[in-house]
Amino acid sequence: MKIVVCVKQVPETANVRINPETNTLIREGVQSIVNPFDMYALEEALRVREKQGGTVTALTMGPPQAADVLREAVGLGVDDAVLLSDRAFAGADTLATAYVLAAAIRKIGGVDLVFMGRQAIDGDTGQVGPGVAENLGIPHVTDIRKIERIEDGRLTVERLLEDGIARLRLPLPALLTVTKEINVPRLPSLKGKLAARKKEIPTWKAADLDVKAERLGLDGSPTQVLRIFTPPKPSGGKVFKGTGAETVDALLTELASGGISLRKK
Amino acid sequence: MNYFLTDEQKEMKGLAARIAREKIAPVAAALDESGEFPWDVVKAMAQADLFRVFIPEEYEGLGGGVFGMALVVEELSKACGGIALAYAASGLGSVPILLYGTEEQKRKYLPRLASGEILAAFALTEPDAGSDAAAIRTSARPEGDHYVLNGTKQWITNGGEASVYTVIARTDPSRGVRGTSAMIVEKGMEGFSFGRKENKMGIRASATRELAFQDVKVPKTGLLGREGMGFLVAMRTLEQSRPGVAAQAVGIAQGALDKALSYARERRQFGQPIAAFQGMQFLLADMATQVEAARALTYAAARSIDAGDRDVAGISSMAKVFASDTAMKVTTDAVQVFGGYGYMKDYPVEKMMRDAKITQIYEGTNQIQREIIAQQMIKEAARGGK
Amino acid sequence: MDPIRVVAEKCVGCGLCVKACPYDAIAVADGKTAVVDLSRCTVCGACVEACRRHQAIVITKRAFRGQDVKAYSGIAVFAEHRRGKLASVVPEIVGAALALRGQRPPAGSARPAGVAAVLVGKDVRPLAQELLSYGVDEVWMVDNPSIGDFDENVMAEVVADVVSEKKPEIFLGGGTVVGRSLMPRVAARVLTGLTADCTELAIDPETSVLRQTRPAFGGNIMACILTRDHRPQMATVRHKVMDAAPRVENPTGVVVDMGHIKVPASRIEFLEFVEEKTETVNLTDADVIVSGGRGIKDPKNFALLEDLARVTGAALGASRATVDAGWIPYSHQVGQTGKTVKPKIYIACGISGAIQHLAGMKSSDLIIAVNSDPSAPIFDVAQFGIVGDLFEVVPELIKRLKAG
Repeated sequence: MKIVVCVKQVPETANVRINPETNTLIREGVQSIVNPFDMYALEEALRVREKQGGTVTALTMGPPQAADVLREAVGLGVDDAVLLSDRAFAGADTLATAYVLAAAIRKIGGVDLVFMGRQAIDGDTGQVGPGVAENLGIPHVTDIRKIERIEDGRLTVERLLEDGIARLRLPLPALLTVTKEINVPRLPSLKGKLAARKKEIPTWKAADLDVKAERLGLDGSPTQVLRIFTPPKPSGGKVFKGTGAETVDALLTELASGGISLRKK
Repeated sequence: MNYFLTDEQKEMKGLAARIAREKIAPVAAALDESGEFPWDVVKAMAQADLFRVFIPEEYEGLGGGVFGMALVVEELSKACGGIALAYAASGLGSVPILLYGTEEQKRKYLPRLASGEILAAFALTEPDAGSDAAAIRTSARPEGDHYVLNGTKQWITNGGEASVYTVIARTDPSRGVRGTSAMIVEKGMEGFSFGRKENKMGIRASATRELAFQDVKVPKTGLLGREGMGFLVAMRTLEQSRPGVAAQAVGIAQGALDKALSYARERRQFGQPIAAFQGMQFLLADMATQVEAARALTYAAARSIDAGDRDVAGISSMAKVFASDTAMKVTTDAVQVFGGYGYMKDYPVEKMMRDAKITQIYEGTNQIQREIIAQQMIKEAARGGK
Repeated sequence: MDPIRVVAEKCVGCGLCVKACPYDAIAVADGKTAVVDLSRCTVCGACVEACRRHQAIVITKRAFRGQDVKAYSGIAVFAEHRRGKLASVVPEIVGAALALRGQRPPAGSARPAGVAAVLVGKDVRPLAQELLSYGVDEVWMVDNPSIGDFDENVMAEVVADVVSEKKPEIFLGGGTVVGRSLMPRVAARVLTGLTADCTELAIDPETSVLRQTRPAFGGNIMACILTRDHRPQMATVRHKVMDAAPRVENPTGVVVDMGHIKVPASRIEFLEFVEEKTETVNLTDADVIVSGGRGIKDPKNFALLEDLARVTGAALGASRATVDAGWIPYSHQVGQTGKTVKPKIYIACGISGAIQHLAGMKSSDLIIAVNSDPSAPIFDVAQFGIVGDLFEVVPELIKRLKAG
């Protein structure tokens, strides 16, 4: 089986904040990590390879330093890794990203199964997976919490929905996005990490792919960021006194003015 | 403090730190309470290839040497000295095979030790032979193509969990120290049984058991080195593994220091964090300096051994004695920093203090270490200085 | 031309852009002018925002040619449904659509701007009636047995065709599991922009373009997004963010049968659906935690806190005192000897705030405390506190939250 896992290098978002005075992003001490959901995708791909045989290729689109996440994937045991990096790819929204990833998967050729994490923790959109599947013309299912079986070229999967589990069967080739419930990712091994240092990781540019220039990067992105700002945070240390009704009213009003709702989402 | 680690050493240290954080820290307190052996953590360490660090490349290891092992032990010990010991003691048990094994013996055991599939243990101490190692009584009577092993070993780390035991026994009762030999005994050999698990003050996740040998037939192919070399094997083994104990002590001390610093910054008394008080700052500064000095000595000893230096007995003992005394002091200080909370089992530092104590005792008590150091000094002075 | 460049004449070398860049992609050369490192830049626009004052950084793009904007009019919503019921987010996106329609008159198009629901699936006619009762003008319906509840692949083709034929300028969907799977596939098929999980939608009065506001970086940043040249402008909205459209007394909308739309064969085989209501929320992963201490006085009062937890979607936590007293299992304990949690919201009821407990929860983003003792240490770490009887406050809070 030929398996591809799309991974993304993301900033460790818990620490990304905006300086309330200058309204600019504070990036001190923000590290780059492998998107946590992608770790589950990598693990599942490796498990499928263990059961079915075949190869796993890790794929990412990003600036040159994104090769770090590919090395991590190699350290975990993937067979190959490819970096898609080109100035022309810069500024891509999910549509343009899906377009390029799909082109790369087509170039790899003969891919049976594509894994992705459910969403990336910086964008939180979860849009690239379905977009890649549409570009490749293959079926996709999101929020997979278990692959029950792979037999006769078909996958039987469990999909996690808000109110329950849907059991579905679909043919290969297919694309799956996975949830954290699917497995417990392995730790890298030293042999893997040391081999990863030496591994040749090719970089493919726009010219290496069968793509139209106008569909790449910022140009190929219908959505555009107009502005960013910090969500208003409540000021601290307010204590309300009074009757139950008065204090609850005061609290909810204060929270609402900060854009915070306690209601279940 | 930058110790100029190679990239490979950084990977070893980094991965060990990750395992400490993700696999050891969450279970340390519970295993200390139950005394259960940390097999899950051992499996995680094996999967991460940590056991390969101290095995040479020819035998499926990574050839990280004593220094590599010390780096790993230190990181693991920051989270729990007891759990780290499962790893370190297997290293100790492997050393006699590494130093004195035949090609056949190495090929038979080292790859499986490297993969973490099996653990090793080193068996020297007996009820009547602690510091006075020469007084061992376990006998290995030669009989045809094997030895008949009889006797007991006491307080053996990884006892009962390990599959491979390097045992020092008396093969020739008439020759004193030169009548002992080292041999490989495997779990499961008929007549080889284990006593109950000891109930210890600290390092409680580590398995410490008595070994009982009742007419155990050990094939002569299991002999390490030649007959009569037992004591030599034991001494060289301990020399090489002392930096490991030192590293464990450094790790325990650092872990305690980190907790103490964190607490001192948060705990407020008299309207300030206690870290703002000069008395506290002096205490913390001394703790940090001592830990750093212990670390530097440990690394120096490890590097000397790996460089093939022959005269390592002195520095090896210095590292062990200084690091373990430091660990005892720093963990005690850490409890003091926490005040009343430090005395409660709810908080992690009392465990670290209990864990630290053993480092001053095993692998040669600190009194024996001081003797070794003094003898080394005198010998060198007699030779006309360094 | 590069998508982003620094206008040297306007740049004063203040370096605010350098501080703002999350990707280390801009630096001030010789202390004079900023320079963008295109190999690192993701054109996120943070530096442009930081340089509001001097406006020395310019982002230019030529999007690939989009649809004819003038041909698109009206607002459509995706009517998600499952097992014969409309998803609970649907009335809310209808509400959002109606609100948007009210924000501006139709511009440059012969057709009036209406609000329509896109309803595709098997035996969906009854749902069409329900949609009309929320006040939509039209229901564009494809009733076909081949469209399964869990097959976004088939749905995407059908929906894309409907939307391409009907040409709404805005198309909204729910940020549900199905919505987040379907909408991107539709957007990729139709070749337009999609913005996920919008918390605010508004029509820009000058340009008539939809301003889509959404959180990024785990909610630490808010971004305002535009889809200028492509149609429809697609967006998803999560449940409980927008207000639901009220039911209409006498609905006047009509069902438009789109049966001519080609429905492809499905490649996904539905085996079964197993209901699994995950009531027990994992404490360490929970975004919201409601926690009880000795102040609840009696173990049975945890039921009150459970009510509050249900209404807020929270996990239930407890102080050591209550666990030691046997009022609640140890798995709920938060603190030095229990779990350490870092939720977005921590509501401490009847908890005094001993160091032991604080150690486990003080890193929560927002701490709200309810306690009858004004000097309880919990108020030192809580951003908001209510000094009062929790048996008065908590039921009142539940009442208010349930009422919405």
